Parts: sequence; C-alpha cells; structure tokens
Amino acid sequence: MVEDLSFKRLPCNERAAVEIVVEGRKVIAYEGDSVAAAVMHAGLRPTRKTALSDVGRAPYCMMGVCFECLMNINGKANIQACMTEVREGMVITVQQGARELVGEIR
Amino acid sequence: MSMQQQYDLVIIGAGPAGMAAAAEAGEAGLNTLVLDEQSSAGGQIYRRIGQPVLQDRSILGQDYYAGEALLAGLSHPLVTHIVEATVWEVSKDKRLFFSVAGKSREVGFKKLLLATGAQERPVPFPGWTLPGVMTCGAAQILLKSSGLTPVEPLVIGGSGPLLLLISCQLIRAGVRIEAIVDTTPVSNYRRALKEIKGAIKGWRYLLKGLRMLKEIRSSGVKYYQSATELSAAPGADGNLASIGFRTGTVQHQLACQTLLVHQGVIPNTQLGRALGLAHQWDEVQQCWKPTLADNGNSSHPDIFIAGDSGGIGGAVAAEVQGRLVANDIAQQLCRTSGTVNRVNRLRKALAAQLVIRPFLDHLYRPLDMFLRPQGETIVCRCEEVSAAEIRGLVKHGCVGPNQTKAFCRSGMGPCQGRQCGSTVAALLADELGNSPAEVGYYNIRFPIKPVSLGELASLDQTD
Amino acid sequence: MTESMRSPRGSSEVAVIGGGLVGLCIALGIQRQGLEVTVYDEGDIALRASRGNFGLVWVQGKGDNLPEYARITRLSAKLWAGLADDLTQHTGIDIQLQQQGGLFVCLTESELQHRQQMLAAMAQEHPEGYPFEVLDLQQLREMMPDIGPEIAGATWGPEDGHVNPLYLMHALVNRFESLGGQFVNAGKVNNIVPQSGQFLLQATQGTFSCNKVVLAAGLGNKELGPMVGIEAPVSPNRGQVLIAERVRPFINYPTGHVRQTVEGTVQCGDSKEDVGLDTGTTTNILAQIARRAITMFPLLKDVNLVRSWGALRIMTPDGNPIYQQSEQYPGAYLVTCHSGVTLAAAHSGPIADWIATGANPTVDLEAFHGRRFKL
Ligand SMILES: Cc1cc2nc3c(=O)[nH]c(=O)nc-3n(C[C@H](O)[C@H](O)[C@H](O)COP(=O)(O)OP(=O)(O)OC[C@H]3O[C@@H](n4cnc5c(N)ncnc54)[C@H](O)[C@@H]3O)c2cc1C
Ligand code: FES
Repeated sequence: MVEDLSFKRLPCNERAAVEIVVEGRKVIAYEGDSVAAAVMHAGLRPTRKTALSDVGRAPYCMMGVCFECLMNINGKANIQACMTEVREGMVITVQQGARELVGEIR
Repeated sequence: MSMQQQYDLVIIGAGPAGMAAAAEAGEAGLNTLVLDEQSSAGGQIYRRIGQPVLQDRSILGQDYYAGEALLAGLSHPLVTHIVEATVWEVSKDKRLFFSVAGKSREVGFKKLLLATGAQERPVPFPGWTLPGVMTCGAAQILLKSSGLTPVEPLVIGGSGPLLLLISCQLIRAGVRIEAIVDTTPVSNYRRALKEIKGAIKGWRYLLKGLRMLKEIRSSGVKYYQSATELSAAPGADGNLASIGFRTGTVQHQLACQTLLVHQGVIPNTQLGRALGLAHQWDEVQQCWKPTLADNGNSSHPDIFIAGDSGGIGGAVAAEVQGRLVANDIAQQLCRTSGTVNRVNRLRKALAAQLVIRPFLDHLYRPLDMFLRPQGETIVCRCEEVSAAEIRGLVKHGCVGPNQTKAFCRSGMGPCQGRQCGSTVAALLADELGNSPAEVGYYNIRFPIKPVSLGELASLDQTD
Repeated sequence: MTESMRSPRGSSEVAVIGGGLVGLCIALGIQRQGLEVTVYDEGDIALRASRGNFGLVWVQGKGDNLPEYARITRLSAKLWAGLADDLTQHTGIDIQLQQQGGLFVCLTESELQHRQQMLAAMAQEHPEGYPFEVLDLQQLREMMPDIGPEIAGATWGPEDGHVNPLYLMHALVNRFESLGGQFVNAGKVNNIVPQSGQFLLQATQGTFSCNKVVLAAGLGNKELGPMVGIEAPVSPNRGQVLIAERVRPFINYPTGHVRQTVEGTVQCGDSKEDVGLDTGTTTNILAQIARRAITMFPLLKDVNLVRSWGALRIMTPDGNPIYQQSEQYPGAYLVTCHSGVTLAAAHSGPIADWIATGANPTVDLEAFHGRRFKL
C-alpha cells in the first residue's frame, strides 16, 4: 500500500483554484497557498535531497528561516518553496542535490 | 539610473509591531514605507488576516481575528505597503535594498524600524532533520494560510505556550493527535514559582494557559509530562516513522508520520547583526537580543526595533511597542506626536503585557538536551555538521563560532546560521566552561537573504 | 577538560605571534625541526586575512617588479603538493589542492594586451623560463565551454592552482598540535620586551617568554615590529569576496576573479580598495564583482549569492614580502606577505628552516629585507 502523506484541507472560504504540476502530476492548489503548502497537500515527501549526503528533507519552519524547503520551480533551482506563492501552471520538482546549471535558462 | 526614493520611515515587517507603527506614523504625517516578504500583512501571528482562510472561526480563536483591527493602519494615504518584498541589505549610510519578484530596488530613509519578529528556537535532537518533523509554528502557518492539517498519526513534542495553542487549534479542527509529549522539566516549575507575583499580575494570560491545558485534557489526547531523550527515527523510505522518549524510567516509542516540535521563540536578529548593532545575551531566555534604549533605539541613532525582534514579548506587547516607537520617531522628526497622556497609557499597557514574562521564561526554559546537544545530533542542518564535531573543534583552539565556522562550514549554508548560531555558541561555551556571552556569535554579512548574482549585478552603476 | 584549556606553557623555544596562515605555516615548519613552538593568537574576532582570502595558489604575474618574489612564489608552488600530502596524510583533512593550471580572464583586448606584455617582460627576467600562454576566446572556450561571449581572452599559467583555505587552516592547526606545538588564544600580544637574549611577550591574558620570536601578526606587525627593531610599513587593502550557492561543477580551472570550490560553491572577487581597517562590504563594489562574474560565466546569472565579506590584505609599499631578522635583537624575525596561501609551502619549508637553523634558503632573502623601503 502506498502511504498517504498528504496534508488535509479543512473547509475553507472561497478562493480561486490554481492548477500546478508537482513531479509531473497535476494538482489543484488555491490562491494564497505557498508552493510548500501545495506540495505537502499533494503528499510529496521529501521535497529535496541534500547536496552533501543525498538524504531527504522537507519544509521545516514555513517562515523562511531554515531553507529546508528549497525546490525547483519553473526550471529554477533552489527556490524557497515556503516563501513562494503558487501561480497557475507552475511546474515544481524535487530539488536533487546541488543545483545543475546546464539546462537552466542561459 | 533612477533617483532612489526617500522615506521618513521605513518599517521592515508587517506583523503587529510593524502594522501598529505604520498606523501611528501615518497619523503623525510621516511618509512611511512598510516592507514584508510575505504575500499579505499580519506577520507570523496574524498571517493572512486580511483574507482569513478557515470557514470555522472557532478553530484559530479570537486572538487571531483580533489582528483584523490593525489592517486599517496600512491603508493610510501616507503609508505604502509592499508585499513579497525581501530586504537583503541595509547600508550604514541609510540606504536599503529589497527584492520583489526577482528585481532589486533601493530606497533611502531617515529612520528605520526593524519589526522582523521572532523565529522558533532551533531544537536539535536526534532525527530532527527527518522529513515529517516540522515546527509547531510551521503547522500553524499551514493552518492559517492554507487551512491544512498535518498527516496523521501526529505527535506534538516540546514545550511552550505555542505548543499548547496549536494542540488546541488542531483538536478543534478535528485532527487526531496520538500524543502530546511535554518536555518542560519539573525543576522549571519550582524556578517559575519564584516569579509567581508577575504571573498573578498577568492573570489573564495565566488563565488562558490553564484553559488550554483543560481543553487538551478533556479532549482525551494522551499527554506525557516531563519527557526527556526525545528522538525521531526514519522508516525504509527515509521519512519519519517513529519517535522515542522517556518519562521517569519508562521508555516510550510511538509510530507517527508527523512530529511537531517547539521550544519557544527567539528574536530574529539577522538584520541587526548584519548591521553591526550591539547585541546582548539573555541568560534566562537563552537567546541573543539587540541592546535597546527605552524608546526602542538600537546602538545606531537612526535604527529602532519593536516587537519580538527586540526581545520576546508577544503579539499585544509588539503592537504597543510599535506605537510607542513610531511616536518617538515622529517626535524626533519634529512632526506631531501623541499626547503625554496617551504615551503614558501605552507605557502602562506595555508593562502589563510584559509582567508575565519572567514567569514564562523560567517555566519554558528548554531542556538541556535541546540547548546543548551531544554526539551525532545534527546542529547545522545546511552543512550537516554534528554536535560532536563542533565540540571536538574546541580542542583545536576554537574559542568562538567564527573559528568553528571556518573549520567545519557550520553556519555557511543558505540559512546563514539562523538554525545553528545559538546552538554552536552554547556548545562552545559548554566545552570551554564559559557562557555564550563570552563565546559570541557569527559575524553576519549581507545579503541576509539570498539574492541572485544577476539581480545584484543589475545594481552596478559603472559602465 | 579539553586540551586547549590546559594552561599554556610559560616559556618556549620559539614563539610565533599570529595564528593565521603565515604564522601557522612557519610554526609547523619550525616544530618539524624539533623545536618547541607556541603560537599566540587573538581569539574569535580579529582582522584575519587567513579566513577571508580567495584560496588561490597563484603564480602568474606575481613578482613582476621583483624577480626574487617570482622565484619564491614558484618554489612554493612546487613544494605545495608535498605540503598538501603531508597534511592530508596526518590529519585526514582533505584541503582540496588542485594545481592543474589557472586562467586570468580578460574582458577587453587592451586588458589582455597589457597582461601579455607584463608576462612577456617577466619571462625575459627569468632565464630559467617562465611558462605562460595567451589564449583568445576560441581557445579559451575549448578549455572552459561555459565562458561568456563578451570575453577577449585569457592568460594561462600552468603552475597556478587553488585550495580550500579554511580547511588548510584547520589542517595546519591539527598537524602543528599533533607534533607537540601549542596554539594559545591569549588575546592580543601588546608588548615584546627583549631581555638578555630572550623575549618577554606581554599578552592580554598573560606573560610568556621565549628564545626566538617570529612576528607573523599580519597588520599587527606594524605595531609589533619596532619593539624588536624592525620597521614593517604594512597597510590594509580591502578585498570584497562574494560566494554563491553550491552548483554542480562547471568551472574546471581557477581564474583570478572566479573559482568554483570542491564543494561546488562559486567564489567571486576581489576588489582592491584602500579603506583602512574596514572589513565591511559595499553594494556597489559587490554589484561590480557580480557583473564581471556574469560576463565571464553567463550561467551564473540566476545563481544565488549566499554570503559576502570584506577582508584586509596586508600590503607593503611595493606589494612584496618582508623576511627579516632583527639586527638589533637577533632571534627576532618578521615575516609578512599578502599571498599567504600561495607561499604556504615556502613558509613551512625553507623560510621556517632559515628561522629554525639559520640554513640559507635557495632564494636570496636579502631582496626581502625591509631596508628597501628606506632607500
Ligand atoms: C511561527 C510562530 C507562530 C506563533 N504563533 C503565535 C500564536 O499563535 N499566538 C501568539 O500569541 N503568539 C504567537 N507567536 C508569537 C507572536 O507571533 C509574536 O509575539 C508576534 O507576532 C510578534 O510580532 P512582531 O510584529 O514583532 O513580529 P512578526 O509577527 O513575526 O512580524 C515580522 C514580519 O517581518 C517580516 N520580515 C522579517 N525579515 C524580513 C526581511 N528581511 N524582509 C522583509 N520582511 C521581513 C516577516 O515576514 C514578518 O511578517 C508565534 C511566533 C512564531 C514564530
Ligand atoms: S520551510 Fe523553512 S525556509 Fe521554507
């Protein structure tokens, strides 16, 4: 059985839905969600692998302090997911170790 | 090259302190700029207060919605509030650089108010880096800004008012909590009792705490007291699978997918440090805070600090401090300012808010294992440096954190020491037999938040 | 109780004042000769070029106004591999030495021409040969595919390299202590009193005596030198350095302005400013450094800057080192230079031997005497 690691949503006031792509999967988030919140709702864990020893990490403080939430957002590596709001069509992937420059926009 | 804009007052942080200060400053006729890296006003406690997310207002409780009253100050015609604005440098000649959506801007100021709030105290223990371990504050932020609740089974572990608060909020939200593991040491209760006078004067706060405890008890959630030796262990996938701890002589183990941890909050001093402002070690609160005059003035004549970034006092105190400091700044800039009566009233209100603090500080002083971890426990999360490694460096002549930083890279990662600075100093003090006050702190350099080389290069004005 | 807390010995055969790269290298070299050496240092916060430097083991262009300086630099570069091996073998710390050559990238044609002329003139002064090459953009691109299009070219020095300067410091302390040396954080040494063939060092946290004393206190030498009859007209020159986050390796050779560390972080520097004892950073200089770095490697544009700092170089009026024994008080030595990383192997080798045993190094030290500033 695949474990369900998704954070659950309580009944919320009306907010605009935003479609994003998390690790190749289409996911619905809402205006005002941070990318970190959206990927946790999508059940993604870990959200990055460390550059030093390739171990998994996930958002820890959600307030911009710890830098554990670094992810690849729209092709840009090492973006703080907890400080970035979701936008329609965003493509988000796990940050695998150190940043790879080749393939990023030249 | 565009002329930089000039403000009477720039406020960094739109939490209670910053919002209240902005309201006063606007009223006093100061041309004011408020910058905050969040996408809406409110700071940590009143996150997203402008557009509350949860349908059920009882989950977060009255204290959260009290923040709505502060929003009006930001819409004063003399006040400009820029959201998603990350301040990454302030120079001594009173210029400030901030980044919005990948573009940097520069503004000048006459006076600067740092209202950057608090961060949760780093709580190193074995396994705290595992995916699935996060802070109580993080869970609260998810609740406030996205209406999200943590993956179950869920355990909450640590000590402090916020731990009780988030427990109650999650219980109200219908989340099943496997257990609350309270690590407040018994000896703290004795120490706190000495401060009972203040606690009685601050009875309202005390009552709130007791109500929360009662709410938790009546919910039937398993509550372990005086727990020690907290640890977290991974499953085969590398994510959190279980936690262990001890009460008395009994060893416990609980399976869980989420562990929320908390050991109180400490002032966010990064900006003040980078500016070279004077700081002092607070032995009771076990943290550094800026050295401030009564009017909130730092060691720089034009830089002021209000709210939790000047010393932990809570949201209401932050608001009052914000008002007082803005008043003082207005007076210095020769504009109108509050009547003597009003200022006195504010001072009284502030004192009433702070009277409970000594009691709380003693009661919630973290267990030694979190302040001075041992062995392979990771201290610097970014560079994966262990407590043993830091302790070992003392043998090689390291007497301060800047030397250990040079030798093992602790504090050199992207968080710039925010998660390890206080712990490294405590470990060195432990090994050297002195106090963090003597050991000192990392030299913090700009930029205090990462900025891309391209963005920085765009500020080059030579050709 | 930890080792560093054992009480410092009251007297030693040799005292080295200054626990930076220069002091430690000299101390290690002398300790190797079997003498009992103590290093005295200031503590956690001090003006430390050793912790703020760029980590280059750099040969090309060094000593364009003093052939002996070029010679000792090249000698040190040759000895470097031995030093690195020794340190890694005995301390287990990989100091990440790489000496596969280095590039000085020139943005404009005139910069490139200027550099070519300087190196050609140096080659003339060195009959033993002075290897370098001038590369145009095409040739440069073959060596470093990610170099930007707006570059004129580069000069190539086969003897250049780089190292992790912080791990080097760590390894030096370890090795020195394991050989019996003592590293003492006794606060500032405020006074040196020559006393019947011995020296008394008065530090903030105690007084110590020694038979020989080596002044390796960087900018502090200016004050200390005269106490033993040596003039050291050194002055600070600030360099700002910025460091960008870890990225996968893409810069295969160190350059004079940008280098990628083994960890993957990218260092960009470094300015040369005359600003007194100010180790701060300024946004306009950092912006210039960032622009130059991006012009060299456009890929760096979106990479995040994570830290920056200013560090003070220790400059003599002609930029060349001072190596000198006091005529007035024999047994007192002064060592100062601004390329402590490059010269590390010379310092722990021939210079240390010269101080310990009086052995004459292969390089003529007369050229480094401070009297040249009085002429
Ligand atoms: C995670 C967390 C949860 C908490 N929950 C509660 C609670 O439920 N109840 C309670 O009574 N107390 C709570 N507290 C304590 C309470 O938040 C504080 O007492 C109060 O918010 C202090 O107000 P402030 O204005 O000083 O700071 P804050 O509210 O923290 O506001 C500071 C603001 O500054 C901004 N900022 C910081 N640095 C920069 C920068 N470089 N550039 C731009 N902007 C910046 C931040 O984004 C933030 O919005 C909590 C604290 C934390 C850390
Ligand atoms: S989760 Fe800590 S910085 Fe984003």
